Amino acid sequence: MVVPSLKLQDLIEEIRGAKTQAQEREVIQKECAHIRASFRDGDPVHRHRQLAKLLYVHMLGYPAHFGQMECLKLIASSRFTDKRVGYLGAMLLLDERHDAHLLITNSIKNDLSQGIQPVQGLALCTLSTMGSAEMCRDLAPEVEKLLLQPSPYVRKKAILTAVHMIRKVPELSSVFLPPCAQLLHERHHGILLGTITLITELCERSPAALRHFRKVVPQLVHILRTLVTMGYSTEHSISGVSDPFLQVQILRLLRILGRNHEESSETMNDLLAQVATNTDTSRNAGNAVLFETVLTIMDIRSAAGLRVLAVNILGRFLLNSDRNIRYVALTSLLRLVQSDHSAVQRHRPTVVECLRETDASLSRRALELSLALVNSSNVRAMMQELQAFLESCPPDLRADCASGILLAAERFAPTKRWHIDTILHVLTTAGTHVRDDAVANLTQLIGGAQELHAYSVRRLYNALAEDISQQPLVQVAAWCIGEYGDLLLAGNCEEIEPLQVDEEEVLALLEKVLQSHMSLPATRGYALTALMKLSTRLCGDNNRIRQVVSIYGSCLDVELQQRAVEYDTLFRKYDHMRAAILEKMPLVERDGPQADEEAKESKEAAQLSEAAPVPTEPQASQLLDLLDLLDGASGDVQHPPHLDPSPGGALVHLLDLPCVPPPPAPIPDLKVFEREGVQLNLSFIRPPENPALLLITITATNFSEGDVTHFICQAAVPKLFRILNPNKAPLRLKLRLTYDHFHQSVQEIFEVNNLPVESWQ
Amino acid sequence: MMRFMLLFSRQGKLRLQKWYLATSDKERKKMVRELMQVVLARKPKMCSFLEWRDLKVVYKRYASLYFCCAIEGQDNELITLELIHRYVELLDKYFGSVCELDIIFNFEKAYFILDEFLMGGDVQDTSKKSVLKAIEQADLLQEDESPRSVLEEMGLA
Repeated sequence: MVVPSLKLQDLIEEIRGAKTQAQEREVIQKECAHIRASFRDGDPVHRHRQLAKLLYVHMLGYPAHFGQMECLKLIASSRFTDKRVGYLGAMLLLDERHDAHLLITNSIKNDLSQGIQPVQGLALCTLSTMGSAEMCRDLAPEVEKLLLQPSPYVRKKAILTAVHMIRKVPELSSVFLPPCAQLLHERHHGILLGTITLITELCERSPAALRHFRKVVPQLVHILRTLVTMGYSTEHSISGVSDPFLQVQILRLLRILGRNHEESSETMNDLLAQVATNTDTSRNAGNAVLFETVLTIMDIRSAAGLRVLAVNILGRFLLNSDRNIRYVALTSLLRLVQSDHSAVQRHRPTVVECLRETDASLSRRALELSLALVNSSNVRAMMQELQAFLESCPPDLRADCASGILLAAERFAPTKRWHIDTILHVLTTAGTHVRDDAVANLTQLIGGAQELHAYSVRRLYNALAEDISQQPLVQVAAWCIGEYGDLLLAGNCEEIEPLQVDEEEVLALLEKVLQSHMSLPATRGYALTALMKLSTRLCGDNNRIRQVVSIYGSCLDVELQQRAVEYDTLFRKYDHMRAAILEKMPLVERDGPQADEEAKESKEAAQLSEAAPVPTEPQASQLLDLLDLLDGASGDVQHPPHLDPSPGGALVHLLDLPCVPPPPAPIPDLKVFEREGVQLNLSFIRPPENPALLLITITATNFSEGDVTHFICQAAVPKLFRILNPNKAPLRLKLRLTYDHFHQSVQEIFEVNNLPVESWQ
Repeated sequence: MMRFMLLFSRQGKLRLQKWYLATSDKERKKMVRELMQVVLARKPKMCSFLEWRDLKVVYKRYASLYFCCAIEGQDNELITLELIHRYVELLDKYFGSVCELDIIFNFEKAYFILDEFLMGGDVQDTSKKSVLKAIEQADLLQEDESPRSVLEEMGLA
């Protein structure tokens, strides 16, 4: 013991003096070598100092596992200095994954039963920080004894240790439930606070405990009332609010006890109204209490007037200059918008103001809330605001804003023209951020609004002429021009200014799209098909169109090449059929808005399909379907149509066959999984435009009181079903679920063999 | 409950880490790195709350130090801000106008003070006076021991 070891502060200074990372590492490695040697030599006097230094370097990210045993020795020492550092080391270094942590159990036991109060405090603190389930089981009796000791210093700590123990070992609830009644009569704020925390934990874990503690509601009301009316006490008040920590904790427990319980809710009604109206809102402490009050009011069975009061408080929060207050208000209002829609509606103007927030997390919430508040009476005004927002919002919100606007437009559009205008505006402003089905939706919409064909094609033409970079817009515009090119050239439309467009201009524009490097392959497909359609809509001699079509016959893109060759063939060999084939499309049947409902349920669609994906372009699918019918019944494996034209005889039948297949009989739903209130259902749809396709939707629902978190569902089918079931074998599906429920991890793997017959026949 | 509390500097140096839920060292390092990045990227005028993984994070900057708490879904963000402020007040009273250097050179004291204020992630005492008194008494116990140990060392106790 010749070389005196560095003091902690000297080491820290030396480390901070290091000019480079390498230098720091050198200093630390040198010191750690000393520390190791000191540990090996077993020097009891300086052990606490050595460990303290080790804890410092550990915080910087260096390894310190060799100090674990030293923690044990220090804890077992009789000196308070040693224990203080030893317990700190235990909390920082001992991991419940390693068995070493159990070795301190005995020391803790001794300290709890025989130590002086500060030592008991250290032991309890360590136990509540890193105590594993095993340690908690072993030491529960000791902690229980300390609950009813005279000293409040130890008792308040013992109570919170009990809270930790229950979290680790729920069965210990039976040990710690009985003392609660007595503890609730204490006056000491720390003990009261701990007790209420303990009762809250007990109630959250056990419905029986919840029922048991309902009877203390009157007592809790009394405690809170006393607190609120007591007036200023220097010791526990913050900004003139009496012990806000305790108030918030009581309010939270009241929320849990009053939920779904008429009687309890009624008992606390007046008090909640009192707190809601009398709490000082000039500083954060008061607002924290007010916020918790609002949450409680909204969650229990409160009187209607009280609920409105609560929502109005949130509305006032929205006007608060403190950004944090506005944040919690927006978050809470979002939670309430379904259940108390009309009350929240009253604050719509303020919510819309919040769209202009510079803080992205606030504007995001304002966006979600605004979208939730759109209804048929305010849709025009709201859409104006939202579209203005779309133009200036940060990029990460664009996609959500765009899809939100489109969804709301779909649900509440007052007129078709307004709807078309809205979608058009979104496509021009944020075209790259819209979802894939926006194109299909818009073409569907336009197709169905015959009176607006001329208007639509005119507007789309103008938009396209200005900008050919926004792909969804270009695709829709191309489609429209192809379909309604004749109306475009006719020149008159009451809705907008007359525009003289000549054929060459239209063709030139489509060619520009075709050639542009900005156009996606799909877009070019649209443009080419549109050009082709124009061959029947325009009056010219089609030479230009024929030229383009034949050029693209040798395009490198296979899809484009295929189309070009087909169209070329139409010109050359089947010109008599061209007009019929390129006729205006009948309206494609579609299901309702396929909205993402991502509330508490998770939905996963598993698609079993043939090799070619369902094309997004209705016109192309019609063409494919028509040519596919050559192969016979729709249930067979479908290959992309060959380019060699089939014998003329078969083609004649093309025109006889119906374009829209009859709607298939609905397939019954199937419940495949149920466990403790968590249920999984499968539902089956065959989309009418493609009956060979089977869409299976998995819906997971949670009927229980507990939350389900970390839900993952995976589905798999045997390989032979990847191509559409040519042998009509019974369909099999394997599902794997992992989730957390009632604080336990659940993993389930099972096979579904009993799928309804209609799904695979 | 609070899951953990972190104190770190603007340069991303960790000054204190208190974990209230058992987490492996490796996982802790990962979470600290990630969260520090997220918080340090926030602009000064932004609100003190953010969502990170499945938790809510409440943070506040005092001079050169960020005080950062991760809380669960049902926890009250506004009262957590008060909690952070109370801890800073305790440090301030103890060190007398506390600055980052105090916390660097006396990190173990910062832990001791925190452990008298919070336990298992919950507030154990809402009286500033009471918490400071407890620390004072513990410090006195330590001081009483020091001369004794020197005498012991020399074999004269």
